Amino acid sequence: MHKFANPTQFMRIANAIYPWIAGLCLILFAAAIPIALVFSPPDYQQGETVRIMYIHVSSAWLMMMIYGIIAANSAMFLIWRHPMANLAARASAPMGATFCALALVTGMLWGQPMWGTFWVWDARLTSTLILFFLYIGYIALSDAFEDSERGDKAAAILALVGSINVPIIHYSVEWWNTLHQPSIMKASSEGIDSSVHPSLLLPLFLMMGAFTMFYFALLVLRLRSELLAAKIRNARLSQIAGHAAAQPAE
Amino acid sequence: MAFDSFAAFIDMGGYAAWVWTSYGLAALALGGILILTRRTLKAREREFETLKANRRGTP
Repeated sequence: MHKFANPTQFMRIANAIYPWIAGLCLILFAAAIPIALVFSPPDYQQGETVRIMYIHVSSAWLMMMIYGIIAANSAMFLIWRHPMANLAARASAPMGATFCALALVTGMLWGQPMWGTFWVWDARLTSTLILFFLYIGYIALSDAFEDSERGDKAAAILALVGSINVPIIHYSVEWWNTLHQPSIMKASSEGIDSSVHPSLLLPLFLMMGAFTMFYFALLVLRLRSELLAAKIRNARLSQIAGHAAAQPAE
Repeated sequence: MAFDSFAAFIDMGGYAAWVWTSYGLAALALGGILILTRRTLKAREREFETLKANRRGTP
């Protein structure tokens, strides 16, 4: 794990796998979109609105996974001061916020025709909204201080405290009464058991895969960008220091 | 194939507004963050190159 803390080494690996992730992402999208929209059957209860599920569940999966990645990286940053861990968390946060917003909005667009309402203040929806605010708080805090190290630390602590929300979102449909349907997949001793017909699971898995690869491909680009920003900052600082040395005060 | 005609596909069983808005917003969100990421990356690459060139230029 610790050898990945070296930015040069980390980016060498990340840049090498980037074309593969990006290619896989394109292939998965090319398969997922036509199957999700055209070739998969409508649900016997929800009709064609079940096609919203492929976007909704994929976004919800990513908002949870990305938060987990941010929390894990924040812990590594606070404990071992790994700069790469901090950059990975910073680079992920805007994507997590985007997928969280997408899960909320597509949920509303699915809820209105199926439940008869855009929104209910139940446990699943409310805890997801809190996750969105945690993302916004993380992004705001990491840029809030003149001294970026302080901001990053404060944001990392927020990410760790907020991680209690992730299991709450996951189990909310079991712990509380809700309009939201329960989990469609359950892992048991006999493998993965699902209440969803296989013809609907194929486009769902393809879409989840496509979204996941999209996140990892973009993460590589965003890490490249974060590292460049740090290099620019350092070059500026050494320029100022150089000027100060060349022109001593009168 | 779940639809008999192109018109039926567009209509989405009467749920066209909900289904197409969802897919449209997803495309907008993913496309938007991709464009923003690439634009920032390109701008920083340019800025870093100029800084390097300037540093070489000054004695």
